[in-house]
Amino acid sequence: MPDLKELYQQVILDHNKNPQNFHKVEDANRQAEGYNTLCGDRITLYARLENDVITDVGFEGTGCAIFKASASLMTQALKGKTKAEAEALFDKVHKMLTGELDPSTQGNQLGKLAVFSGVCEFPVRVKCATLAWHTLKAALEAKNEIVSTE
Amino acid sequence: MRAAGESLAATSAESPAGSFDVRKVRNDFPALQQKIYGQPLVYLDNAATTQKPRAVLNALHRFYEEDCANIHRGVHLLSERATQAYEDARGKVQHFLNAAMAREIIFVRGTTEGINLVAQTYGRKNLRAGDEVLITAMEHHSNIVPWQMTCEEKGAILRVAPINDRGELRLDEFERMLGPRTKFVSLVQVSNALGTINPVRDLIAMAHRWNAPVLIDGAQAVPHLKVDVQELDCDFYVFSGHKLFGPTGIGVLYGKERWLEAMPPYQGGGDMISSVTFEKTTYNALPYKFEAGTPNIAGTIGLGAAIDYVNQIELDAGAAHEHRLLVYATEAVSHIPGVRVIGTAREKAGVLSFVIEGIHAHDVGTILDQLGIAVRTGHHCAMPVMERFGVPATTRASLAFYNTKEEMDALSAGIHKALEVFR
Repeated sequence: MPDLKELYQQVILDHNKNPQNFHKVEDANRQAEGYNTLCGDRITLYARLENDVITDVGFEGTGCAIFKASASLMTQALKGKTKAEAEALFDKVHKMLTGELDPSTQGNQLGKLAVFSGVCEFPVRVKCATLAWHTLKAALEAKNEIVSTE
Repeated sequence: MRAAGESLAATSAESPAGSFDVRKVRNDFPALQQKIYGQPLVYLDNAATTQKPRAVLNALHRFYEEDCANIHRGVHLLSERATQAYEDARGKVQHFLNAAMAREIIFVRGTTEGINLVAQTYGRKNLRAGDEVLITAMEHHSNIVPWQMTCEEKGAILRVAPINDRGELRLDEFERMLGPRTKFVSLVQVSNALGTINPVRDLIAMAHRWNAPVLIDGAQAVPHLKVDVQELDCDFYVFSGHKLFGPTGIGVLYGKERWLEAMPPYQGGGDMISSVTFEKTTYNALPYKFEAGTPNIAGTIGLGAAIDYVNQIELDAGAAHEHRLLVYATEAVSHIPGVRVIGTAREKAGVLSFVIEGIHAHDVGTILDQLGIAVRTGHHCAMPVMERFGVPATTRASLAFYNTKEEMDALSAGIHKALEVFR
């Protein structure tokens, strides 16, 4: 039986309650929206990319604890990373969420993001944990900079 | 069976003792006997689909094992038996809804297809630019989108009658929104997201004063309320077999004969014609005009078996039992600190929708699942309802007559567990 404590680790519960970078990035030059139709998770992701390096990233939205904690920890992990490094990290996170990578035996390349390793036992929740990452990818791949509406 | 006029309070005051033997009934449902992560399954997702009694499973099995043939064309005995069973099922549905004629019963895939059929045939033929179609703010997407599509095509206007904070239709507003431009009214009898029972008989009478035909979405009503289409005087009535303990992929569209006769066919193909040349096709008579192609024969026979089943158990007592559970669970859940019940209409059936402060519905759903409790979480295909109540999603426990008081206690305990995990 999958263990609820493995899924809802304290770090996840803390980030759900107090998400980091949970705000709009005023000077963002990348932006994308993500939506999970299954449960209604909704995110707007903002990033500032300078010379291929993510200098700032933040998000707004509503959703479940797994989604919110994932977006929060993702933004923390991304600052200072290049676009290629961010994409490589998503690849590792994705492998962990689908059970292809076990952070406890395969080195701690994931840092704090390893707290999501329990999600692979809950297949319907994988989408919750990957939504922010997919949205990040869409934001980074956008060819044109978002024109500010303000 | 509970009539739509009884109040929640009046029913809850009844003696809990009844002639309904829930233990015995549960034995008829093989799926209810299983364990989930080592705990008994507590199935509270009946508004999504109901479990199937053995009688339905046997009917499906028997059709495929003994009577499998296409219908309405074979001269051989198997085809004759299959045709007989298929048309017998139509007669069962006719009596179940108390329709005047069997030819007024059209088999479709489900409620969604039934509504689309009417929007695409009656709607496209009769709606003109500036005409109005009236729905309510508590409709399922399947009773919004088909009308949006037809209205957009025809330049007609889709109007939405509002609901109050309890999740009840505002009758004064509904009546005020009717008028000479109202050319069709389509509304739900029991809301899937809120459980509200609409006083459809009165609403139909109001619409008829403006000569507007009325379609009733009965998907959530038929498992809980006695429906008599002649007494309601609705013009169309739709429901899905799988929410009535029958198979998936089969549903019913009832329509008054005079409307069905005047409507163009929905799909072209075999069975819906009486003669075809390359120049001209003559359409078949009702109900076959609307049943193009080989239908879901097994599903139809399964639905007939489901109707036999609900007729033979004491469904009046079953519905009263289920309603007592709803009142009991609503009382218990709404007293848990941090829980807010969404949908507190005075007339309700089968649905307990709620939100917990600080815990998203999806997390509640996962925690309940770990305890063997199956609920639905999300927007319940009623996003405008969620918006009305200012919530992104709810957790919905929905009942059937086979649920028990112990299962309601398990739900309350599960909510306490969620609060503990998220403390």
